[in-house]
Amino acid sequence: MFSNDTKRLVLFHFWIAFIAFFVALILGEWQMVVRSPLYDWIGSPELYYRSVTAHGSAMGYVFPTLVAMGFGYAIVELSLKQSLIGKRWAWAGFILVVLGTVVAMVPVAMGRASVLYTFYPPLIGHAAYYIGVVLVVVGSWIWVALMSVNMRAWKKAHPGEAVPLPMFANVAGAYLWAWTSVGAAVEILFLILPVALGFKSTIDAGLSRVFFSWTLHAIVYFWLMPAYIAFYTLVPRAIGGRLYSDVMGRISFVLFLVFSMPIGIHHLFQDPQVGAGVKFLHAVFTAMVSVPTLLTIFTITASVEIAGRLRGGTGALGWVKKLPWHNPMMLAVAFSFILLGFGGAGGLINMSYQLDFAVHNTQWITGHFHLIFAGAIVIMYFAVAYDLWPHLTGRTLAQGSMMKAQLWLWFVGMIILTFPWHVVGVMGMPRRMAYFDYTNPEIAPQAITVIISAIGGLLLVISGLLFVLVLLRGHRSRVIELSEFHFSQPVHVAGRLPVALNSFGLWLALMIGLSIVNYGYPISQLVGLKQTSVPAVPVGGAP
Amino acid sequence: MNEPLFSLKNRWFTMSIGAVVLIMLLAAAFAFLWLPRAHARDAAASIWESICSAAGVPARYQNAALPDEKAVYPSSVIISSEMAGPVDTASVGRGATLALQCSMCHGARGTASAGTDAPHLAGQPPSSTYKQLRDFKSGHRPSSVMQPLATNLSDQDMHDLAAFYSLETRETLVQHAALRPQTPRLVSNGSPMRNVGACASCHSPGVARAATPILDGLPEAYLREQLNAFKSGRRANDINQQMRNAAHQLSNDEIDILAKYYAIR
Repeated sequence: MFSNDTKRLVLFHFWIAFIAFFVALILGEWQMVVRSPLYDWIGSPELYYRSVTAHGSAMGYVFPTLVAMGFGYAIVELSLKQSLIGKRWAWAGFILVVLGTVVAMVPVAMGRASVLYTFYPPLIGHAAYYIGVVLVVVGSWIWVALMSVNMRAWKKAHPGEAVPLPMFANVAGAYLWAWTSVGAAVEILFLILPVALGFKSTIDAGLSRVFFSWTLHAIVYFWLMPAYIAFYTLVPRAIGGRLYSDVMGRISFVLFLVFSMPIGIHHLFQDPQVGAGVKFLHAVFTAMVSVPTLLTIFTITASVEIAGRLRGGTGALGWVKKLPWHNPMMLAVAFSFILLGFGGAGGLINMSYQLDFAVHNTQWITGHFHLIFAGAIVIMYFAVAYDLWPHLTGRTLAQGSMMKAQLWLWFVGMIILTFPWHVVGVMGMPRRMAYFDYTNPEIAPQAITVIISAIGGLLLVISGLLFVLVLLRGHRSRVIELSEFHFSQPVHVAGRLPVALNSFGLWLALMIGLSIVNYGYPISQLVGLKQTSVPAVPVGGAP
Repeated sequence: MNEPLFSLKNRWFTMSIGAVVLIMLLAAAFAFLWLPRAHARDAAASIWESICSAAGVPARYQNAALPDEKAVYPSSVIISSEMAGPVDTASVGRGATLALQCSMCHGARGTASAGTDAPHLAGQPPSSTYKQLRDFKSGHRPSSVMQPLATNLSDQDMHDLAAFYSLETRETLVQHAALRPQTPRLVSNGSPMRNVGACASCHSPGVARAATPILDGLPEAYLREQLNAFKSGRRANDINQQMRNAAHQLSNDEIDILAKYYAIR
């Protein structure tokens, strides 16, 4: 059950996502080079921030959103084995996302909105940039609604049956995104746009930052969802194993739903407008996210071990050698876990109030989120694309060695890019800096690390190019007759599930309740405080 | 499968909500009760103040000119029993001259004329007047009127002014004994259940405590304003928060009764 028009829909999502990704990747490497001692200064910091804004907006808003949407539509048909309901709406959502991307990128390209993808009020860019971002988000909300509608339709047709894990996880991701995007939407619609459109000249920067933190951390778990869905439902099948526990998967996804939201204020540890107790509360719940993460690491490692033992591996670690290391999915999941391990360890440091003091707003943070998102998550996006591509194109995707080279390059490149960032962050190099004078004896020792990072970035560009090439060649290779697509089978098939693990009501209630408890006071207090607005700082001429 | 989800019989419902609420309460207890009080700076604060500071309620106005280490303390004056001793007569003469610039509000001889809400200074213990002048100057007691006036006073000037006013006598109307107000319970007994001490245990002419003003006859509006300022924390130059802790518990009606009572004494 994978209709041709749905395949087209998914392919369009994936291609626009990967084009946005590739352009943003090149920009990222350009930033690395011009900031390094390898290149004489570009002369204008504005150009640099223009590039950072485009890189962040494309990588943060466009690329993962489109991957999640496309993957979600594919999951509906592949796992529920029913025709996607609301295809016209799905196209409308896609068009909104693409339109939003164009509307946002034009002012960015013109240098009228170099505010970075995190907006940073009181900086105010051209209104079209924010309107474009809102269009992208609204387009993705259509997807959220469609995921919900399709799951309901399936449940109605299959009363009492367990929703297949891929769809269950997919809907969890959709609901998570719906709720987390509210923060940035409120910030743009009620705080930024009135200023960008010229109705106001001051903005409450502190309140804006609190609203953005609502979105800023949980958005990462939304990016993470397709990768986690791939861990649970693609990896065990692709490497010839079984999913260790289907129920554990469901518990992990609902825990993400509950705990990813009420934690964003750890991004504001150094902000004065939020109380220390509230920050501590958010730090505690940030730590709680390690629970579903560790559950996943355990379950997936156990599933991989099953594959190793089924292939004849014995002993405590003998099964590792027997794993199908030639398989791109095996490589991807191994690399993803290693990068997640390093990124997660850094994350534990960031979420600790005191340790964060040492690294806040340094290159360390840039290193951290590149390890998690660009490393652990994006490498699984590659794997998802490789896995789905033959089913989308009906053609073979035979470039095995090219895929492996691509994944290896991405893994090695990401380590070479981010490890020096961590080091130089601890040395005190701030992030979001367009220019460093390496002749200054105080920062001269940092020069070498920036060169190493730029080399890592170059490997990533080569890897990205290989990725696009593999997919392009997949459109021209020979047509094959594929067996039906199926997801991983669990060791024990979940026959009957408790209603709590087959629906979202309880978890959505907890998610909203916890968000209100953890954000209610800081937001209502900041809304109520008088005279907290500051003059807006227009970027790139009059807003 | 058909069991109701939102029901106390559903263990998933009770366990998940219970676990999240438990984590929440433990985290909140750490965040709002234990951590703020573990900071030496907040150790003397009340539980409510700890919660407020952890939640991020804006702190009371702090004079930006106040150096950090002084901002921690409610006053830079160290109170000792010696401050209640007799005054130096040379001091009184200098104080009388300096007091000429205070007469606009505080009256020619320390009794403010009717209609102004400035407090009487005549007959106040010298340590009380001195401490307030010091606090105005340092910014511990914010006042847009008194701060600029106190800025140029030297420590000796303040001692002199306080000595002069302490020897003056407050001018009062002759009162018939029958018109004397009945003493409110708060003044004589306080409200022990609410941790409010009796006003009279400090603010009585006979007690003669250092740096403690006599309230008799102070303008009603002034008394009410100061009690409200202590209650809200706007005024915070009371050592060990003794006035803030007492006023925090008072209702508006009680403040009204106390202000009226002391004003007509």
